[in-house]
Amino acid sequence: MIADGSKFKPGDRVRVKFEDRPGHIRTPWYVRGKSGWIERVYGDFLNPESLAYGRDGLPKKTLYLVAFRQADLFEKSAGSNDKVLVDIYDHWLEAAA
Amino acid sequence: MVNTVTDAHGHEHPKNELSYFAKRIYAIRELLVEKGVITEKDIQCQIEYQEARSPANGAKLVARAWTDPAFKSRFIADPKAACAEMGIDAAAINEFVVLENTEKIRHMVVCTLCSCYPRPILGRPPDWYKSFNYRQRSVVDPRGVMREFGLELADDIEVRVHDSTADIRYIVLPLRPAGTEGWSEADLAKLVTRDSMIGVMDPLSTIPD
Repeated sequence: MIADGSKFKPGDRVRVKFEDRPGHIRTPWYVRGKSGWIERVYGDFLNPESLAYGRDGLPKKTLYLVAFRQADLFEKSAGSNDKVLVDIYDHWLEAAA
Repeated sequence: MVNTVTDAHGHEHPKNELSYFAKRIYAIRELLVEKGVITEKDIQCQIEYQEARSPANGAKLVARAWTDPAFKSRFIADPKAACAEMGIDAAAINEFVVLENTEKIRHMVVCTLCSCYPRPILGRPPDWYKSFNYRQRSVVDPRGVMREFGLELADDIEVRVHDSTADIRYIVLPLRPAGTEGWSEADLAKLVTRDSMIGVMDPLSTIPD
């Protein structure tokens, strides 16, 4: 779990890119375009969006545990203090204010 | 007379037809064997391997963590090494993370994209874990889901739902039930249900009959 070269560190605010394209995607729809923070850096893994097509999965992608306030994801969760944590690869993330 | 009764009892039984997907799977299986990619023996071995894994593995780990603080630290720091120590083969898991429940934080695991599940530790996932209902509602209304499993959480407890979308497999380390001081590890393991390690309910407080 080498995380030295990672773009983000725990506590950093991040936004999930809002992309929609056909094919194998590991970023659930409900977090796209949403903001949260890095909870943990898991390290570098073969890219499943490449592996799914029989390719080599390289270059590896850093995988983060990203935390979201449930209330920021779903309107019906307004007022909730609960969290949803999702494993997201770095090419889906950008720095958020 | 006996035949008349059994043959004509008033309704039609559905024919035992394979579904489209079942037919497709059997066809692929036959082709793989025919082309020599895998053998019937490979398939049987894999079925036996899948069936041999069960939530009893997870329960052993949790009970040991409850009774041995040093093991608990190792289990959280390096779950795969802790599994190996207990004779549980978790090598098939890429990365394995233990989510420790506390008095103030409860974890719950889902895979909203498909059915990712720590199979070496918990065996095959239950059907409800793979259902659209659970996969949709767990992230939106985890407390409502827990309530259906009989767990009512106080408002000041924080719920953390983990959506395992990638290479990490999660298991919840539930809280040890009150009143179990001095219990043996084997008895404690009987309290650790599969569902408590997915995080939708607490462990049992008494050993089931």
